[in-house]
Amino acid sequence: MLGYFVKRLVSLVISLIVASAVIFSVVEIAPGDPASFMLGINAQPDTVAALRTELGLDQSKLDRYLSWVGGMLTGDFGTSYTYRAPVAQMIADRLWVSLPLALYALTLSTLIAFPAGIFAAARRGGAGDLAVTGATQLGVAIPNFWFAMMLVLIFAINLRWFSAGGFPGWDAGFWTGMKALTLPAIALALPQAAILTRVMRSSLLDILGEDFIRTACAKGLSSRQALWRHGLRNALIPVLTIIGLQFAFLLAGAIIIEQVFFLPGLGRLIFQAITQRDLIVVESVVMLLVFAVILVNFLVDLAYAAVDPRLRTRT
Amino acid sequence: MSRNLILGGALTAIFVMAALLSFVWTPQSVEAMNIAGRLQPPSAANLLGTDHFGRDILSMLMVGARTSIAVALVAVGIGMGLGVPLGLAAAARRGGMLDEVIMRMNDLIFAFPSLVIAILITAVFGPSATNAIIAIGIFNIPVFARITRGAALSLWKREFIMAARVAGKTRTRISAEHILPNVANLLIVQGTIQFSLGILAEAGLSYVGLGAQPPLPSWGRMLADAQTMVALAPHVALIPGLTIVAMVLGLNLLGDGLRDALDPRLRVVRT
Repeated sequence: MLGYFVKRLVSLVISLIVASAVIFSVVEIAPGDPASFMLGINAQPDTVAALRTELGLDQSKLDRYLSWVGGMLTGDFGTSYTYRAPVAQMIADRLWVSLPLALYALTLSTLIAFPAGIFAAARRGGAGDLAVTGATQLGVAIPNFWFAMMLVLIFAINLRWFSAGGFPGWDAGFWTGMKALTLPAIALALPQAAILTRVMRSSLLDILGEDFIRTACAKGLSSRQALWRHGLRNALIPVLTIIGLQFAFLLAGAIIIEQVFFLPGLGRLIFQAITQRDLIVVESVVMLLVFAVILVNFLVDLAYAAVDPRLRTRT
Repeated sequence: MSRNLILGGALTAIFVMAALLSFVWTPQSVEAMNIAGRLQPPSAANLLGTDHFGRDILSMLMVGARTSIAVALVAVGIGMGLGVPLGLAAAARRGGMLDEVIMRMNDLIFAFPSLVIAILITAVFGPSATNAIIAIGIFNIPVFARITRGAALSLWKREFIMAARVAGKTRTRISAEHILPNVANLLIVQGTIQFSLGILAEAGLSYVGLGAQPPLPSWGRMLADAQTMVALAPHVALIPGLTIVAMVLGLNLLGDGLRDALDPRLRVVRT
């Protein structure tokens, strides 16, 4: 297991180095000089030069890359070109909205998918299974941002149960904050719940065809008892893998949903940064999202190897 | 033919035909604004109503279908065009340096969700339908590479491939002449799935302003424009949204139907 862990850790570090190099290189291609952009067309050349020095733009590309990566390792993401504020602080402030939103959506999608998947698998081919399968077909076809708009129309505008957007902040109270994130989380969770339900159902059906389930039934258990006592635990392995992978994508997916609900999360930060050509913010947020995906993949690999020893020897 | 194949094929055909028809005819011009007749509900004059500029929603949807289909189709083309040869090459050199490099590159691309790629590209080159195609296309490459490699690996162990190797054929020739035709069905099914995901991704990117730009109509942009009007005229958000759902549902059903029809094992089970 230690050898496997080290191999995966090396792979994680290499992936992060290459990803950071790719992100830095792509942003470097961007036409225009951030210092000139910030100071406007009437700026004096010496003022621009002074700002370039202040922002470190006069250094070589390699030096800037190394300083960017080195800074990130110590929690210093640089200074925003537009707001002249530490990027790390700006990201941290926004993560207090995006991270709870992604976690809330993940919890909801799991709470929906587990019972729905088990219900469908236990009634394979029946009306209940068909209804769940049909609902998941529809769930994966619905764009989450459109579903979000429909939720606003019904629950905010017509029924007035929730606000149509905005976030009062956690200072206003935990439940007030959670209430503001409820509609966005539901919108974000829907397609993920549909995918997870499918995985749960098919994983359970695979397990139910295994010999040990047949043995359990031969010993007198009903098929539902066999499913609950022996099937569920074994079927959870692929489901947990998908849940892990979904988290990183929920964090990225929250970017669009935040636009619908005007939430002050990472999404709004990155779109503002694009508009204002605040490229250091763009590259830092993108790096953070990619880091989340790579890290979650790494953790999923480890968790998978922990429960399935065959994987450790295979790689 | 399965119900899925018929229903999915019919739904997809309707949208493709509507998109093609829009090149020569739309009920009204998509550029003709009529402020006096804005936000009108569906009527005989405007079958699906009008938007906030008084433009005919049906005509906008027809032209928007062109954008969505073109973006998703080219993105699938990029994914297939680059991903399939990479997958074939990786499988042909299983366990070798080339396989390792290709699969690690795939892992790396997988770490960039298409939205993140789009954000990066847009930040540098500005938003456009072309950049949306590139973003979705790049994300499709590892999908096709992985599925091709997985299917090809099992084929390399089969007797007819052994026979081809004994006959002196090179790995490249075997990949092109024997492996590729045998994974084609799988690729067609996956292509349909990626096409439907491409439609959703294009809509999402256009919605946040990273995709097709005005005046080019796109379904995602129509929803973005509708957002502030949804309380006044729900149909401006409802209709484009349902259109996207119907198109994606159609493609997913078509993919399921094709998988059933093209996979002989499923056919045996059914009969």
